[in-house]
Amino acid sequence: MDTVPNEVRKLNFDDYSTAKHLEHAAAQARARNFQDFLIVDVDAHHYENESYKEVFQYIESPVIRHDVIDSSQRPGRSALINSSVGNQNLGGRITRANLRRLQKVPADGRHRDIAMTLEWMDAMGVDYACMFPTPMLFLGLHPQVEIEVALCRAYNRWLCERILAVEPRLVSMLYIPFNDPEAAYKTVKDFGDQKGVVGFMVTSPRYKPVHDNAYMKTYALLEEMGKPISFHAAYSWEDRALQMTNRFISVHSLGFMWFNMIHMTNWVVNGLPERFPKLKVMWIESGLTWAYSLMQRLDHSYMMRTSDCPSLKRKPSEYMREMYFSSQPMEKPDDPSILEATFKMINAETQLLWSSDYPHWDFDLPGVIYDLPFLSEKAKRNILGANAARVFGLDTKVVKRIP
Amino acid sequence: MAEWFVAKAAELPDGDRRIVVAGKDEIGVFHHGGAYYAYSNYCVHSGGPACEGILINKVVDLIDADRTYQGQTFSDEVHFVCPWHGYEYDLTTGRCVGDSRLKLKKYQVVRRGDDIYVVT
Ligand code: FES
Repeated sequence: MDTVPNEVRKLNFDDYSTAKHLEHAAAQARARNFQDFLIVDVDAHHYENESYKEVFQYIESPVIRHDVIDSSQRPGRSALINSSVGNQNLGGRITRANLRRLQKVPADGRHRDIAMTLEWMDAMGVDYACMFPTPMLFLGLHPQVEIEVALCRAYNRWLCERILAVEPRLVSMLYIPFNDPEAAYKTVKDFGDQKGVVGFMVTSPRYKPVHDNAYMKTYALLEEMGKPISFHAAYSWEDRALQMTNRFISVHSLGFMWFNMIHMTNWVVNGLPERFPKLKVMWIESGLTWAYSLMQRLDHSYMMRTSDCPSLKRKPSEYMREMYFSSQPMEKPDDPSILEATFKMINAETQLLWSSDYPHWDFDLPGVIYDLPFLSEKAKRNILGANAARVFGLDTKVVKRIP
Repeated sequence: MAEWFVAKAAELPDGDRRIVVAGKDEIGVFHHGGAYYAYSNYCVHSGGPACEGILINKVVDLIDADRTYQGQTFSDEVHFVCPWHGYEYDLTTGRCVGDSRLKLKKYQVVRRGDDIYVVT
């Protein structure tokens, strides 16, 4: 037997970096020639709470600003910003959740958020990423509507000024304070033309029906602007039905579908696709099986109960098939023909948009799409980037640098 | 067959591990409970660095004779966890805990004098 010179490395968590954490992702990106074509991530996250000190300075009400800053100095006790019970990082098994604070970024004047984000984007082979917040995904459950409005506006201003205006590879669908319909409208009006704003996003866990007349002028404005509205899923362990679940896997698996199934059902049954035929509607982070299931459920009942939804001129699934779906967390049944049927059901080649959800615990790599045996190369490239570039109006030039 | 140097035995104390780049492969070598174990560092899920996560004991539900649930505890079975998304592997076999049909490629570890090698 030969003894061969080789490289040995120790695990040294003090040296943690995103690039090292994702070395295998970069190897996959090189092996699949991702440098050759555009990849857009329509659902990526930052931890905006790491920048709360900056964000809070943008809160316009002096009283709310004072109170929020004061309460943030007492972590672990009652706070003015709601958070969520849960165990996202699997009891420390998802190591990056704790290690990311050790990451060193170059002292080149860039915001830490930008430096850290570009690092994982390059490792995966992503050209552009649509950024969403993390703790603020639960802000729609805040009992004080004016706090949602104030914090959302502060976050949007901070994001536009400090991140999107500076880094052309980062875009966002801005948070709409949906619990206040007038503030929602104002958000679209005020921020619609800002650099990097490619649409607007409603966090799904909340209790306002999407068909309320109060929202019609906001949808009309979005339709006129040609910017998509998206519904970003999350769970809520406060929800009456979900309170019956006792493990995170349960509340997460159900919750991320649950709220989007309700919003989608209301959206279709109330005929909003007929009222806003040009409005682009996108469903984020619910995976795909929910749509496959809901299309069949609604079609089945629709044929017997057209009088419940007289605005519809076609079956519910036909409207749903014209909407957009982000891919993550993409279910991968053992039998690929089941996934193939799901792709067919949602017209994946033109309507599906790949997303990573990085750095969250159940992120996907571009390989989840690229390695599928039943897709053509063109379909893969559409889903990985071209569809999103079309919906968002992005430049299609490849700008990443895979390490 | 080739042998790849891992570490001087004294420099790989119990509880420690190394990642060995062996040609095109990466191998995680663990020293745990007096034994050495070596597995491919490519997770069966999405190719993440399976051997670079935490070690943690298997979690078990405590079910009484009357089949009522009495909480949870850790068993003696040790797992290593892929840090990307949490797939767990049995440290002594490399089997994936969620689906025992899946396992990481296992490599032999040999000691020659003071030196530890992994064999490919
Ligand atoms: S790649 Fe290992 S758990 Fe996903």
